[in-house]
Formats: sequence, C-alpha cells, structure tokens
Amino acid sequence: MSNKDAYWEKTKNHMLVTLALWAFFSLVVFMFGSELNTMSFLGYPLAYYMTAQGSLLAFVIILFWTANKQEKIDEEHGFSERGDD
Amino acid sequence: MFKGDFIKNLPKIYGTYTGGFLVFIILMAIAEQAGVSAKNIGVMFVAFTVCIYALIGYLSRTINVDAYYVAGRQVPTVFNGMATAADWMSGASFVALAGGVYFGGYTYMAFLVGWTGGYVLVATLMAPYLRKFGCYTVPDFIGTRYGGNLVRACSVFVLFIASFTYVTAQINATGTIASRALGIPFEAGVWVGLVSILICSMLGGMRAVTWTQVAQYIVLIIAYLIPVFWISSNVGGGIFPHLMLGDEVARLGELEQQFGLVKNSAADMKAAGVPGGLKYISGSHSGVPEGGMAVWKYLSLAICMMVGTASLPHILMRYFTTPSVRAARKSVAWSLFFIFLLYSSAPMLATLSKLALMDPNLPTGIIGKSISEVQSIEWVQRWSEVKQVFIADFNGDGILQLNEWFMRGDVVVLATPEVAGLPFVISGLVFAGGMAAAMSTADGLVLAISNALSHDIYYKIIDPKADTAKRLLVARVLLVIIGAAGAYIASFRLTSILGSVAWAFDFAMSGLFFPLVLGVWWKRATRQGAIAGIIAGIVSGTLYLTWVFPKFSVPMWGGVNTPFLGIDHLRFGLIGAPICLVVMVVVSLMTKEPSPSVQKMVDDTRIPTGKPILGKQ
Repeated sequence: MSNKDAYWEKTKNHMLVTLALWAFFSLVVFMFGSELNTMSFLGYPLAYYMTAQGSLLAFVIILFWTANKQEKIDEEHGFSERGDD
Repeated sequence: MFKGDFIKNLPKIYGTYTGGFLVFIILMAIAEQAGVSAKNIGVMFVAFTVCIYALIGYLSRTINVDAYYVAGRQVPTVFNGMATAADWMSGASFVALAGGVYFGGYTYMAFLVGWTGGYVLVATLMAPYLRKFGCYTVPDFIGTRYGGNLVRACSVFVLFIASFTYVTAQINATGTIASRALGIPFEAGVWVGLVSILICSMLGGMRAVTWTQVAQYIVLIIAYLIPVFWISSNVGGGIFPHLMLGDEVARLGELEQQFGLVKNSAADMKAAGVPGGLKYISGSHSGVPEGGMAVWKYLSLAICMMVGTASLPHILMRYFTTPSVRAARKSVAWSLFFIFLLYSSAPMLATLSKLALMDPNLPTGIIGKSISEVQSIEWVQRWSEVKQVFIADFNGDGILQLNEWFMRGDVVVLATPEVAGLPFVISGLVFAGGMAAAMSTADGLVLAISNALSHDIYYKIIDPKADTAKRLLVARVLLVIIGAAGAYIASFRLTSILGSVAWAFDFAMSGLFFPLVLGVWWKRATRQGAIAGIIAGIVSGTLYLTWVFPKFSVPMWGGVNTPFLGIDHLRFGLIGAPICLVVMVVVSLMTKEPSPSVQKMVDDTRIPTGKPILGKQ
C-alpha cells in the first residue's frame, strides 16, 4: 500500500470516528430525551441541558480535537503544511 | 492602514475597534443621562456602526480577481471564524432565536443542535478538501470535478434557489431594523439596508465582506451578551446565567403547572382578533414531549438543519479564504466556537424573559395580574400600539392567564432589556447588533449568488476569454442586480410566499450535499451521476414541498395533504437528499468510470500538500 493510500485509510477511519461522536451528541442523546430529563446536571434537566448547551459545547470540542488529530495524521505521512497560520 | 503588514496587525486593529465601540457605548450612556432622546440614541447606534462598515468596505476595495473572489486566501483562522459566525448568524437568529425558544421550548431547540452540529460535517467532509481544490465558488468545484458546463449550471441553479430564499428574508430583516431604529417607513428601510449591504461588498468583493463581517461579529456578540448578563443579574438569575439558571428552569416548570398550559382554539383567537404572527405559550419550557413521533420530529428537524448547513454555499465559500488546508479545518472549529457564544445564550435569555413575565413574585411579572393593571404598564402600551403584543380575555375573569397573553417572537430580544429595567442605551445597542447580524448574512449571500453567476456562468461558460477588468465589472453589476431583486421582493413584503428560512437548508441539502461529499469521497462518482442526482434531488424535494405545504398544495394538488412520516414543509430535504443519493449512485455505476486524470484529481484533493487543482484563475 502506498503512502498516499495509507494516509487516506487513516483519514477515512478518523472521519468515521468523528462522525460517530457527532451522531452520538446530535441524534442518540435525543432519542432518549424523556429518560434523560429525569436526571439533572447543574440543576438543569439533562435533556434540556444537552439541547440548550451541552451538545453545542460537545461539537466545539469535537472540532478542535478532530483538527488536531488530523494534523498528526498529516505529519506521520509527511503531508504536513508549513506556514504561519 | 490596510497595506503591508495588515494581516499581522489584525489583532491590534480589531482590538482598537472593539475598544472604540465600547467607548461609543459609554458615550451613548452618558448622552442618555444628559437627556438625549431614546430615538436619537437608536439612530446614532445604527448610523455609527453602518458608517464604520462602509469605511471598511471602501478601504478593502480591490481590482484583483483573487482578492475579489477569495480575499487573497490570507484570512487567519480565528478571524475567518469570526467572519463565518457573522455570515452564519442572521438577523433572524439574532432577533428571533430566543423568541423561538421562548414559545417552542425543548422542541424548538432542535434548531440549536441542527445549526451547530452541521459544522462537524463541514469540517470532516467538505471544508479542507474544497480549500485544497482551490476553487472560487462551490459550483466551481462541482463543475471541475465532474467536468462540463451542464453540471456546473445545475449546481448554480440549486445555489441560486437556496441562497435567494434566504437573502430576501435577510434584506427584509435589515429593512425592519433600519425602519424601527431610524423611524422611517419599512419600504425605505429596505432600500437603506440594501445600500449599506452593497457599500460593504461591491468595491472589494470577498475581501471587503470578510473584514466587515469580522467587525459586524464584534458588534453583534457584544450586543447580545451584555443584555443577557445584565438582565440575569437584574432578575436574580445570577452573574453567569449559563451555569446558574437550573433553579429558574425548575421554577418555570412549577409556574407552568400553576397556570396550566392551555391550547386556544383557532376560532376563539379569530373571534378575539389576535393579530397575525403573535404567539402564546402552550408548550413546556424544558419538558420533553412523549412518544416516538415527537422524538422523530426533533431528530428529523435536526438532521435537515445539519445536512443543510454543510451544503450552504455562502458558508462553504468562507473556508476558501484561509491560507492553508490546516487553517481551514481549525477555522471551522473557531467558527463554531464564536457561534456557540450566541447560541448557548439564546435559551438563557428566553428563560430569563419568560420568568420575568410569569413569576408573580417578581415586580416585572404580569401573568396572573388583573388585565387593567397590565394594560397600564408603559412598555405593554407601547408594544400594543404597534401590534407586537396583544391581550385577549377569553374566560372573561379580568385576570391575565398564560394563554391570554400574545406576543411576537422578536419582542423577547427587543423588549426584554426594557422589561427588566435596563437603560435605553442597551436597546440602541440591540438595534445595532440586529442590523450587524442581518447585514453580514445578506452580504455573504448576495456575494455567493453573484460570484456563482459571474464566475461560473459568465466567465466559465459564456466568455472564457474575458479579461480581469471585464470579469470584475460583470461581478459588480450582478451584485447590484441580485441585491436589488432581493430588496424589491422584500419591499413588497412578498417574503411570506417564500416561506421559512429553513427552506434554504432543505433546498441546499436536496441538490448539493451528496454531489459535494461524493465528489471527494467516492472516485467512482461520474458526471452523468452528478447531473442526474442534482436534478432528481432538487425536483423531487421541490415537488414534495408543493405537495405538503397547504399554500401550494391547494392550487397545485387540489387539497391539503397529510405529511408523509411527519415530514412537513420544514423537512422536505429528507425527501430530496436521499433521492439525490440513490439516483447519483445508480447512474454513476451505470456509466463509465471517470478518466484516470479525474481520478488523479480526486487523489490530489485528498492530500493537504502540493499544488491546488485550480489556482489563480
């Protein structure tokens, strides 16, 4: 397998992991809305908290994490960009 | 100021700008104390900020094609994040989001998840690859990847429908705010709004829009957060509402029990003469509705908004302006961070505003009081005059019940500062913020449409030999025409026939999502597949919309239809996008696989380093 193929394989897997996390916070959590609302977080009912703030915050964290992880994959395969951005 | 080390000086420039704006707010507060009228303060807020944007637009003028289309690809990650956030958060988000949460509660908040979660799709599936591709517009990618004028034209068509649906609503919002703040008629407000929008974009294209959007983001976020924190401490919500409103949410649950959530019949409301567009609270604030259908409604709305976000060209094109692929990825993360600051505050504002009106223990509470007493409150009188609030005593007991208080959603943002006893300077600030939000989105949309027409239709299809001066002239003429067309429709208040802004998301996801994703992630996708997919997706989605939306279905299909599986007019992308996917895959597999040179192009797109597929054009 060439370096490019190996790089793409890893990138693809990383994409799938990211989308699994995304699906968890955007869809799975809200499939169990009424059950979660019986629990509380910071005094808020949990499902309410997730839709008002929790999932949104999770997306922000996922995005920074996924960008950093992808940069590591770039470096491992020598596709890292130089530049001051 | 805009030469040489401009990029390196950005933090300093915008830092000074932010400081200057804060000083301006303080000056206005002093002016208010000194007796300047509330109306003049509103005028000064809007006039001052719009002049600054116009100045930035003028200083960013350019005769360079790369600067006009993609801001010279040198916008640093954090600043591009702010510009995207302003591009994203529309006048409707700014004034209507909190109102939506106020009336819709948990169910409405599917929009919050949808309008943020979509950025994960943008970052993983689209942005870095489109940046590497080096295109000027979204149809530029589709046209080059699949090859041919037909597929390019099809994608321009989808872009046009989606963005134009959106832009009239934005110009409408700009007009509303301009007319209220400046005290001029709505029709005049629309044209004032249009001129402000064009000054910011015409001379400098994407470069000017980028730097004004950053300035607009700073204004709109200050204008949103200051009132939220201030109101919170005024009504006893604590100094940091986001973490401290648990008790208030629980208290709202108790009050809902106490007052009862009653649904009014349409006949009663008609008899009482409730003005159109005004709503009352009939759903729970934090309670989750029971049943599988309710869960599906929530999830399907979130899915449409997320997938739609990842297909909207005016957002995707913001990531063409970063210096590198790596920067594009990081920039998506920063965008969402800046959006999060506002979106996580909207439910808090809704909670505080609802509590202020509902809690009889608070001096601001009105529900449960006698109607004559409520009608003598100054802000109630003022907003009643303009038909923004309304009281209907259904049971005739002279006491205001929860279902007897009607209000327009915008009032939550526009009037809560006043209700909670904040000085007028804050209301002026809110006007400036709403104007910034509406202008920045309208700018991005008008530019997305006119760039696609000037670059993809004029330059790539009609006259590929056109020189730079001619291309930029065409681009600017189209910009004015598109803006004027949007303003013309908005000024006749025809926007109601265009329906909801949610439609823009559904149109975009029906015709663009899969052609974009498969263009990068599936080498086997062919030109014929893409053409068939785009057409099948947008046609089936649009037909379904006409079938399910009563205003269209009565004349076209002869009656009102029950939505299939709960897929109503806000969710018609759930019909269009899957059909687009299936048709695209089937037709691609039936046709000859793409040539080796196209496959190599896809391979190169996937790798961050190396030359872009399309460079300077």
